Amino acid sequence: MAKPKLKEHLINRDWCKGCGICVELCPKNVLELDNENKAVAARPVDCICCKMCELRCPDLAIEVITEDDK
Amino acid sequence: MAIKDYIRERFFPHLWCSGCGHGMVLNALLRAIEALDIHKSDIVMVSGIGCSSRISGYVDFHTMHTIHGRALAFATGVKMSRPELNLIVPMGDGDALAIGGNHFIHTARRNIDMTAIIMNNRIYGMTGGQYSPLSGFGTMATTAPYSNIDHDFDVVELAKAAGASFVARSTTYHVQQLTNILKAAILHKGFSAVEVLSQCPEYFGRKNKMGTPADMLEYYKENTTTIGSKKKQENPDLLERGIFVQNDIPEYCSEYDKIIEQAKKTSGGKTK
Repeated sequence: MAKPKLKEHLINRDWCKGCGICVELCPKNVLELDNENKAVAARPVDCICCKMCELRCPDLAIEVITEDDK
Repeated sequence: MAIKDYIRERFFPHLWCSGCGHGMVLNALLRAIEALDIHKSDIVMVSGIGCSSRISGYVDFHTMHTIHGRALAFATGVKMSRPELNLIVPMGDGDALAIGGNHFIHTARRNIDMTAIIMNNRIYGMTGGQYSPLSGFGTMATTAPYSNIDHDFDVVELAKAAGASFVARSTTYHVQQLTNILKAAILHKGFSAVEVLSQCPEYFGRKNKMGTPADMLEYYKENTTTIGSKKKQENPDLLERGIFVQNDIPEYCSEYDKIIEQAKKTSGGKTK
């Protein structure tokens, strides 16, 4: 199976509460909290699309969209 | 269907605190239901009172937000009248095992087909951080400022002893395992008890100096292991995760149907 290719991180800023779970548990250190304490994809090129941030987000606020996703 | 199709988006962002594990249980549960491809009109979620029980407001199933500790009793009523529906009963540790302790053991004993999710954050969060039956010896709470001297229940052992035909445990760190366990629990014909260790960073975490929500998740990673692993033999203090019991025993509604059939035969279909 080909490696999934990242299209974008969809982050719902109204739902994100800035708990930092996605930031601290990302295996590739892709995400950061910005000055409003919301998650942002600071280094999207490093993303391996494991989607652990999406699966672990307590606020359903982040989605990892890959090229394969319709 | 995407998982967003199973929620009531108008109530988001939800009221749980930043980093609360209950949101992660919701996330895993929605993914389990999406994978099983169950229509949302075929699911009934019944909850009691507490932080965890607010989950029923966020899902777009048939939902009932009932009284403290009695969610399983209400769910039993729903299941008896509409056995074709899938019942999911999320409960907090206090809801399920303190005020609802009796309902829990007797619903397990009856083996009625429903999935009880015990979202164990080891504290009464909504009312301000009082210790619960799952806080454990030596933990701190607002009502135990010099540390708690109550010992905790082992939910898995309790459910097993009460006769639950499906017993499992996972944590919010292990979301993929949690989703798989929830799938198996929903598919299981009989009473399924699933304990999920779910972090409360605001009360339990803060009182017990457990750090950030991510630190609490790392704690679950370091202090749990899969059932029967080598790590468990080396360190017996680790808490085991996985499916402990999965038995095929007669289910309550099916047996009740048989009794109805039998009664009709003996009375010749006539009622006196």
